[in-house]
Amino acid sequence: MDTKILIRVEKLYRYYGHHLAVEAISFELAQGEVLGFLGPNGAGKSTTMQMISGNLAPSAGRISINGIDLLDKPRQAKAEIGYLPEQPPVYPDLTVNEYLAYCARLHRVIKGKRDQAMARAMQRCGLEGTGRRLIGNLSKGFQQRVGIAQAVLHNPAVVILDEPTVGLDPNQIRDIRTLIRELGENHGIILSTHILPEVQATCSRVQIIHRGRLVFSESMETLRQRLTGSALVLETAGPPDIDMLRQVEGVSAADALDGNRTRLHFDADNPADRVAACVSAHGWGLVELALDRQTLEQVFVDLTCSEQTSGTEAAA
Amino acid sequence: MLLTIASREFRNLFLSPLAWAIMAVLQLIVAYLFLTQVDTYMVLQPRLAGIEGAPGVTDIVVAPLLQTVGFLFMLIAPAITMRVFSDEKRNHTLSLLLSAPVSMSDIVLGKFLGVALFFLVLLVMLAAMPASLYAGTTLDTGKLAAGMLGLALLLSSFAAIGVFMSSLTEQPVVAAVSTFGLLLLLWIIDWSGSSKEKVASLFGYLSLQGHLSSFLKGLFSTTDVAYYVLLIALFLILAIRRLDQQRLTG
Repeated sequence: MDTKILIRVEKLYRYYGHHLAVEAISFELAQGEVLGFLGPNGAGKSTTMQMISGNLAPSAGRISINGIDLLDKPRQAKAEIGYLPEQPPVYPDLTVNEYLAYCARLHRVIKGKRDQAMARAMQRCGLEGTGRRLIGNLSKGFQQRVGIAQAVLHNPAVVILDEPTVGLDPNQIRDIRTLIRELGENHGIILSTHILPEVQATCSRVQIIHRGRLVFSESMETLRQRLTGSALVLETAGPPDIDMLRQVEGVSAADALDGNRTRLHFDADNPADRVAACVSAHGWGLVELALDRQTLEQVFVDLTCSEQTSGTEAAA
Repeated sequence: MLLTIASREFRNLFLSPLAWAIMAVLQLIVAYLFLTQVDTYMVLQPRLAGIEGAPGVTDIVVAPLLQTVGFLFMLIAPAITMRVFSDEKRNHTLSLLLSAPVSMSDIVLGKFLGVALFFLVLLVMLAAMPASLYAGTTLDTGKLAAGMLGLALLLSSFAAIGVFMSSLTEQPVVAAVSTFGLLLLLWIIDWSGSSKEKVASLFGYLSLQGHLSSFLKGLFSTTDVAYYVLLIALFLILAIRRLDQQRLTG
């Protein structure tokens, strides 16, 4: 598959009065990518997504969707976008069918293809059999699905989903994740969420945004390698001799942790079997020997908490 | 695209009980007024018969009736227009329109057309009453048509002003009250007894009602048409500017 750049964002700024909500964000999204947008509340995720979807005008910067500049040719560019805001934009007085038919017309789906597009979107989002019900009478989870159906209805190149799994039950969340992965094969997807495992389960790239700035941007592969880490945690029944552990082949450093736990750093290949042999040879009593995995949560906390203590100003 | 939004807006009105209630109440009140007006005419008729060039049934029944219809619409128009944009903002559905490939002017014009069409439907239903006089007498069709055209223009300007006011706030009630305030002000603006002739004529020109009354006399003048068209254009442009501005300031 050729990797077409679907979204290109350059030096995006956004002020609310004097408050700087988004500062110099630049990134690209290629076809077939699912980009996870993470960040604490008020970091600027929603603002960024609103700008990309054309709901908010940026204070400075450029956005192009599928090669079309959003500010110069908003109409053509918006035709390539499907957007689900934080609150699903549904009319409680309409039935699901009426609502989706209206959305199809708004997005200029050709008359002959409307029914087909609607049926497909409803099937994808698990809305079969709800067509004649009033949206206002549906549960929050179903309303959310109607919102997602609206975003994918016209088969846009880019789908922007702002917290799509809020209010859904675990089964529905799994369905939506499958849908997102499925859509990700042919479209470009931006997904914002607070649920970190969701990002690990669905995204091919992760960006963490904090206080309006992009502080982390890695592909999931690189992240996985990075998260796997290069340290072992050893727990023994009796106190081990740290110096002897340091001399084990492949171990570059060893720090004593609390209790009888030791962290062993290594550079190249994993020296776990040699460490285990060393422990049993000296009779320290092996309790646990495990890879020290850094989780995405730790990365997130490291990046977003350190600064938060220094600054007290709440983001809008 | 314009028509898609307009027809949605028009049909949305019929989904709420408010529109039906307003239609029913309006019919009832106008019917009562119509009957009293016909009654007055019956009393006056023998005396009018003796006068040369006396006012006819169109002048005595239809013109005052249409004048009152205009006034009644001023009272109910805010209730219809208040939710046009306020509701979209409150339900967070405006982003559906904003992220769809439609321009801001399509959105505003579509909403305006939907509301104006609703008012026209109401007007046509009310016009059935004076038209029923054709069964027993002859009306001055020209005067009736001019009056209807005047009212249609008046109602469209109500719609434009209401759409603009609704774009200002998230609270439908605030939109309704401010729309009503502005309409009432424009209705009574020529009441000021200013001694300066220039001021008085300016206020007279600004008055919504003044331009309607010449239509009701059967006068079709481009000045009056231009007044309403300019008023409608002004408030629609303001609404478009307002929504564009909101994308910039959040």
